[in-house]
Amino acid sequence: MSVETLKEEELQLDLTTQKPSEVSKRAVALAAHGTPYLWLMGGMLGIAVVMIVGLLMLVAVMGSLTFWPVKIVQYEAVDGKRYLGEVTRIETYRPSKEQVAQLPEEHREKAQQFLEDREGLSERYLVRTGNYELTNTHFHWVSDFQIQTTTYPEWAFIWERLSWGRFYGILKGFQVDGKTVTEDTLETYRLFQNYFPEVQKKRKLIYHQEKEVLGSLNYKLEQARLNVRDKELKLRKATEKNRSALEQSLKKAQANYTELKERIEAEYGKVRSQIEALKGDTQRYTLLVEISDGSIATLPLATVVRGYPANRMGWFERLSVYIDRWKEFLSEEPREANSEGGVFPAIFGTVVMTLLMSLVVSPLGVIAALYLREYARAGYLVSAVRIALNNLAGVPSIVFGVFGVGFFCYFLGTSIDQLFFEARLPNPTYGTGGILWSALTLALLTLPVVIVASEEALSAVPNSMREGSYACGASKWQTIQRIVIPRALPGILTGMILAMARGAGEVAPLMLVGAVKLAPELPVDGNFPFIHLERSFMHLGFHIYDVGFQSQNSEAAKPMVFTTTLLLILIIVILNLVAIHLRNRLYKKFISREV
Amino acid sequence: MVPNVESLDRKNDTKDAKLQEAVNAIVRVSHGMEVEAAIHPALSNLVDNDVVLRIQDFSLWYGKAQALFHIGMDIPKGKVTALIGPSGCGKSTLLRSVNRLNDLIDGVRISGDMLLNGDSIYAPDVDVIELRKRMGMVSQKPNPFPMSIYENVVFPLRIDGIRDRKILDEVCERSLRGAALWDEVKDRLQESALALSGGQQQRLCIARAIAADPEVLLMDEPASSLDPIATAKVEELIHQLRGEYTILIVTHNMQQAARVSDFTAFMYMGRLIEYAPTGVIFVKPQLKETEDYILGRFG
Ligand SMILES: Nc1ncnc2c1ncn2[C@@H]1O[C@H](COP(=O)(O)OP(=O)(O)OP(=O)(O)O)[C@@H](O)[C@H]1O
Ligand SMILES: [Mg+2]
Repeated sequence: MSVETLKEEELQLDLTTQKPSEVSKRAVALAAHGTPYLWLMGGMLGIAVVMIVGLLMLVAVMGSLTFWPVKIVQYEAVDGKRYLGEVTRIETYRPSKEQVAQLPEEHREKAQQFLEDREGLSERYLVRTGNYELTNTHFHWVSDFQIQTTTYPEWAFIWERLSWGRFYGILKGFQVDGKTVTEDTLETYRLFQNYFPEVQKKRKLIYHQEKEVLGSLNYKLEQARLNVRDKELKLRKATEKNRSALEQSLKKAQANYTELKERIEAEYGKVRSQIEALKGDTQRYTLLVEISDGSIATLPLATVVRGYPANRMGWFERLSVYIDRWKEFLSEEPREANSEGGVFPAIFGTVVMTLLMSLVVSPLGVIAALYLREYARAGYLVSAVRIALNNLAGVPSIVFGVFGVGFFCYFLGTSIDQLFFEARLPNPTYGTGGILWSALTLALLTLPVVIVASEEALSAVPNSMREGSYACGASKWQTIQRIVIPRALPGILTGMILAMARGAGEVAPLMLVGAVKLAPELPVDGNFPFIHLERSFMHLGFHIYDVGFQSQNSEAAKPMVFTTTLLLILIIVILNLVAIHLRNRLYKKFISREV
Repeated sequence: MVPNVESLDRKNDTKDAKLQEAVNAIVRVSHGMEVEAAIHPALSNLVDNDVVLRIQDFSLWYGKAQALFHIGMDIPKGKVTALIGPSGCGKSTLLRSVNRLNDLIDGVRISGDMLLNGDSIYAPDVDVIELRKRMGMVSQKPNPFPMSIYENVVFPLRIDGIRDRKILDEVCERSLRGAALWDEVKDRLQESALALSGGQQQRLCIARAIAADPEVLLMDEPASSLDPIATAKVEELIHQLRGEYTILIVTHNMQQAARVSDFTAFMYMGRLIEYAPTGVIFVKPQLKETEDYILGRFG
């Protein structure tokens, strides 16, 4: 044995003899130790993290499952009723005595036995049975003990429609122009697949004609009418000198308007008849469907958005329906009081509003921070500004909304209307909620964040850099512009990221200053001047509120809440990731290798 | 001959007495009208043509605290002048007064004046920005700007609005060569200056300081944050720049002062104590205080 190993052994011995005393010391002074508090804090942090991750997971899972096509089940109850549809929820509950008593006599005993075996508990299924116009309900509860048979009919079909919600039934036959062409299911399915894309295409064409073509015709005519009205108003205020000139221009405007009106009316008629022809085309085809009570119902193909035989589909076909639904969700407008269809206008509104807000708040915040940090001398004014900023950061967001309505919409907007849009009065243009006022309100809301972050970034610029610049003979502004701002940019961007994250998720003030349930037009479109900042808009946050809590068919809308929430989170994450990426690049460029 | 840390420690016991003595001497001489710094005859009667910078009875206050007391000295043209003295004695303050960087600090007050080639620095109508353009400054810690190497060097020209690529390229190369950095960075002029090593950054700052062809080069401990090799390079550089530029350099390193400078000024507690050719001051200083400092008996 070498000397060294011996020593090591001694050392170890030493340690073991010392250990017990140390442990006892710790036990005595437990309260004096930081350890319990550390555990407490760690535990709290852990719980918080678990809760946040749990929430995100819930949203992610529920949100992404919404569009997955599930099987169509048919329950036959002991009382002979049949329920055909999708199971959306399963619950365990304790059925009341009356419920059992209502069953037909011969089944009562069996049901009682069934419940006794399960200690009085039963499962119940919420079945989305659709066919609202026939049954007056979208959903049915079906309990375990009521069910006699459970089947998955091969040709059970689900149709999503333009209105009245979903339709469930078994494919039976196909009609063209009111005459039954076939009553063979397979042949019907072939015909459905054959005609449906065409009908859909035509429907899109109709939509385009109605919305875009007729819309823009209307818009043009309205502009001409406003022009006339404008000239009239001007003439009313005319002085002797320019009266004749104004009269001239009014006459011209009127002539222009009548001419345009004739032309547009002619065109209008043409487009209308086109639309009628298309509509006639799409209305030729009707499906014959056997619904759950055994009768045959007719389902016009023109009202169908999507239809598929869920029970016949393999994994791959389901996936394609799933993807198709996401596509619709992301790119189309909502239907049926927002509970179906897409959220494209809301996505668009959210993104445009957030960008607009950043566009406003960034220069404002940076300039304010520059003034406070680089120019202002400590004094009462600066202290007052700082106190105001801190208070601004603590004001509840709804108060900003109230301010926005009062100041932007009613005061500023009304003044703008009177100055520039007199012709449209009494209809307000800027004198009501709109995307511009929303962006400005949120800019105000997020201003403190940007200012504080920018100030911090500016004060983190080493003084030696400023002095180096001055020593080179740079003026103050040159120093700020060439040295201070580039060096502070990553920090300023951090402030913008925070502001964007806050602004994109804010809903309460928007409800007052311009977010609406359904905006007929996007704030950007093909009509001159293309960007219409006065228009109200849809917002994902508000959409969630509306779908989740204001919807008539709230059970059907529930999954949409998760999906929309998922989307809102994703959008905020994406906006932030872009900004963070930008910041990191700047950081690498300007700061990271500094000594 | 040059003190090291140990010798400083050993002298600790005698330090207080000696210090008091020195302070007494200084208070003695700096009271009354005539400020009696010991200025070597070779430096006391220079003609205007030989002088770049005249410091005339210059005092400075940070708020209420006076940091400089009646400094009067002439900096000869084309030479290297070193400022030495214990920490806090006002070397940096004096240097920063030359290009009026102290203006940036709130509450700074001055009296007296300085003349750069005959032009007053502190006259009320002086354009500070123009003035600073006539000087280059290298600070204690390298302070490259957050931009490319190239842009760092040509920064003084850029702020003058010079956009001509040919001039900029030429100045960039000349300055970098002047700062002995050209060979190391010529292939990556567009890379961030912050990616350079500390020594390279310091030489970059020197290149920036000489880019605009200054009349005076002010260096505040340019080698304090550098390793011996980089220090040697900077010293080598100062040697090369001598003659072409007038250099005013602050240093704590006696050996360095002895190696690079032609003249040395010793400051203490805001006063100029002795100002003489480097050879004289290090071999046979006129005042006891200077000798004590150089030999490490205090400070
Ligand atoms: N910005 C300032 N505000 C107030 N007092 C200052 C300021 N800068 C320096 N001083 C004071 O002025 C005196 C001289 O400082 P200065 O920086 O010129 O010393 P120094 O000789 O350069 O010292 P060192 O060798 O440590 O760099 C010191 O007493 C210091 O405390
Ligand atoms: Mg200093």
